[in-house]
Amino acid sequence: MKFAYYPGCSQEGSALDYGKSTGALCAALGIELAEIPGWSCCGSTPAHAVDTQLSAALCARNLDLAAKEGAEQVVTPCPSCLSNLRLAADRMKEPAFRKGVNELLDAPAAEDLPESTSVMQLIGRVYDADTLAARVKNPLTGIRLAAYYGCLMSRPADVMQFGDPENPTLMETLLSACGAEMVEFPLKTVCCGASFGIPERPLTARNSGRILELATRLGVDAIAVACPLCQMNLDLRQKQAEKAEDAFFHMPVLYFTQLMGLAMGIAPEHLGLDQLCVSAGPLLRKMEAASAKGTEAKGGKA
Amino acid sequence: MRIGVFVCHCGSNIAGTVDVAQVAERARQYPDVVYADDPMYTCAEPGQQAIEQAIHDYKLDGVVVASCTPRMHEPTFRRTVERAGLNPYMFEMANIREHVSWIGKDKEANTNKAAELVLMAVEKLRRNRPLSPKAFEVTKKVLIIGGGVAGTQAALDCADGGVPVILVEREATIGGKMAKLDKTFPTVDCSACILGPKIVDVSQHPLITLYAYSEVEDISGYVGNFTVKIRKKTPYVDWSKCTGCGACTEKCPSKKTPDAFNEFMGDTTAINIAFPQAIPKKAVINAPYCRKLTSGKCGICAKVCPTGAVDYELKDEYVTETVGAIVAATGYDLMDWSVYEQYGGGRYPDVITGLQYERLLNASGPTGGHVVRPSDGREPENVVFIQCVGSRDRSVGRPYCSSFCCMYTAKQAVLTKDHLPNSHSYIFYMDIRAAGKLYDEFTRRTMEEYGTHYIRGRVSAIYPDGEGRYVVMGADTLMGEPIEIKADLVVLAVGIQASAGAAKLAEKLRISYDAYGFFMESHVKLKPVETNTAGVFLAGVCQGPKDIPASVAQGSAAAAKVLGLFAKPQLESDPAIAHVDMRRCVDCGKCIRCCPFGAIEEVNMRGVNKAQVIETVCQGCGLCVATCPQGAIQLSHSTDNQILAEVNALCRF
Repeated sequence: MKFAYYPGCSQEGSALDYGKSTGALCAALGIELAEIPGWSCCGSTPAHAVDTQLSAALCARNLDLAAKEGAEQVVTPCPSCLSNLRLAADRMKEPAFRKGVNELLDAPAAEDLPESTSVMQLIGRVYDADTLAARVKNPLTGIRLAAYYGCLMSRPADVMQFGDPENPTLMETLLSACGAEMVEFPLKTVCCGASFGIPERPLTARNSGRILELATRLGVDAIAVACPLCQMNLDLRQKQAEKAEDAFFHMPVLYFTQLMGLAMGIAPEHLGLDQLCVSAGPLLRKMEAASAKGTEAKGGKA
Repeated sequence: MRIGVFVCHCGSNIAGTVDVAQVAERARQYPDVVYADDPMYTCAEPGQQAIEQAIHDYKLDGVVVASCTPRMHEPTFRRTVERAGLNPYMFEMANIREHVSWIGKDKEANTNKAAELVLMAVEKLRRNRPLSPKAFEVTKKVLIIGGGVAGTQAALDCADGGVPVILVEREATIGGKMAKLDKTFPTVDCSACILGPKIVDVSQHPLITLYAYSEVEDISGYVGNFTVKIRKKTPYVDWSKCTGCGACTEKCPSKKTPDAFNEFMGDTTAINIAFPQAIPKKAVINAPYCRKLTSGKCGICAKVCPTGAVDYELKDEYVTETVGAIVAATGYDLMDWSVYEQYGGGRYPDVITGLQYERLLNASGPTGGHVVRPSDGREPENVVFIQCVGSRDRSVGRPYCSSFCCMYTAKQAVLTKDHLPNSHSYIFYMDIRAAGKLYDEFTRRTMEEYGTHYIRGRVSAIYPDGEGRYVVMGADTLMGEPIEIKADLVVLAVGIQASAGAAKLAEKLRISYDAYGFFMESHVKLKPVETNTAGVFLAGVCQGPKDIPASVAQGSAAAAKVLGLFAKPQLESDPAIAHVDMRRCVDCGKCIRCCPFGAIEEVNMRGVNKAQVIETVCQGCGLCVATCPQGAIQLSHSTDNQILAEVNALCRF
């Protein structure tokens, strides 16, 4: 299975580990990702707020490049990229809008732009829970996880097609197939503060703090995320959140691809676990202990 | 033929954009027209007198009035010409208000169109024939569907007026939603105490036949003579023997049966009597939970029953009743609020509905009237009420106001303070809609005397804080800031929707319902209890959201309509109906299949089968006329000749 891969800027910087783990996981699952040659930024969060046509032109260029490669499906890990790509493709269906966008581009975009999907949806579509579980080499047994989608993954609902916008469940399905214990996490779609980390730092600290606090109370070993910005706010800015909430969390925040990668038996160094600010060490040790116990128990039976 | 034409000014409604004098002038040139005038208000008394005078003075045989919609005034003018000695069907109306003056501003074009519509009416009238209605007998007995407070009131009023009543209730007991309530607003009096005597009266009234645990299967016939098939669902208990002693419910081992009457706030037994004041007070077995019925092992209730009433072999029974009128009072259901994932989608045990809270407050409820949290049985300290959950919310397809939630939430806040003096109540509201008698005073008292915190704004999310309480995140839109409240219990004022199966019943009754399943009244303002099907009336929330006083008032209004209908010795049928030309009919049966009212039957005429219209059932819709391949059916008052004459009048240029 081959898909056009659109990494998005974050995979080149703040979310190197997301890109690394996505590549490793998909390879392990037999999903071939072909990076779109010459891709550029989708406009991210600011462009569509300023000029929808310019934002769509940025996305249309990337989709057009994918179309030239003969791709029917573009895959991206970042929810913000996905939202922009899908919105642009939708808007391009309107002739007047398409005309405006084409004027901004060097050459008019292809008539039929490929559809876009997230890495998570793609894995969920290719593997159901049972076939996925069958491929697990190193199950996440004994690990309690909170699935945190962020505000963007499931919204706007009609664009993202991610199930109920208030209560998506795909990440839970995938991670529990990998053997993890998923807690009911009511704040799964509440905003972490997003890009307000720069202009309104206390707001982001408070929002992220609320998420980290509830996760701590629920006694999870880590928060699983799917959005580079969420990961940054919860992990890199965790100290700020601790200060705002006057609390101590020390909560590992991992991409779901890293967690699934561990389950598939990929070595931590190939998943970019060393890039995390809050160490995943305790989590790894817990996994090791559980697997040792499992081997012992198996040995005992035999 | 001598025809008179009256072109109405309707003040400026018509005369503002139509040159009515010119229309009258042109009408004078039309064939057979001997008189034309343009009165100011044709429907007013002087206008009607002028018509009568003209009929006498000019010896008119027919009258055309060009004015508003026939829905509004056709019956008025038919009576007018009848008073002057003409047959009421020698009258035609041209709608030059809704069809002309209200929709266009070009006076010349409007005047031309109005003149053409008048010409069409004249050409049709020239081919009109006098028609006379047929009189028929009425069965002076009424069917009331639904035994909630509206149906109960209608039943008692009809029966007190001397009309025998058949009351059909789908549940095992009458009383409806009101029986589940603890107290009523704005008087905070006990709901069961004011409803109880009424439902007891129903059971004791000699003229009321109560079919509880029954459903209407099929309705046929027409006003005055409806035939109704009723299915009496089997309770697996012979109600003629059951005394309601309750011995069976005490001994039943299946104690984990969901308790629908208590809004699933507790469990009950598989054989059960809904509540202590139930009418009829008879036991019913909830089949899917009965061990005897599901596995054949048990049978304890049959053993302990002192009268031997329990019978696991009992089957549904059917009865047929003939009635002259029907009152639909089928009430409502709460909407399925689990679509609100932001409020937990039904997964948090301490987020409950207003109706569930009523059961918690009620002395005969699952906790004996003790307000505790369903999750851990602890008394709540902070209770948060959220209004408009499934009301005035287009995102869940409920744009309408449920009309009584503002008031019952205020009442529940008051009761919470009464039950738990140390508690704090918070109410998130959008607007307070307290428009009834003494309602605004009540909500004010809730705020001022009971210290309930009213917060204007929607709640964005509720989530458990991991320590047994809930965080309610919302906005205070008056302060313009976000707000978070730690709650022990959250009560949702869940909006209402039409009762399950309302649409199916509407089809059986041949009445209309709106986009949300509420039954349509005949006229929003002037015929609020009638439907478009003669003899079928509405009471209570089946027509739209209403509180108890409004439901009771409408129940009485429906009863008044029934009594008024039955006060006439005989009813008259509309003569503008279909007729079959027996010589042309080839008995293909197409008309029988297409008639939505079941008004055409097959009869044997001297050895050959023919179609025949049942005159009292036919509504004159004309579907059969359009369907008949032989052209054997004609609609009196709208014959092919008349319609062609109208078309020719328009197409002569």
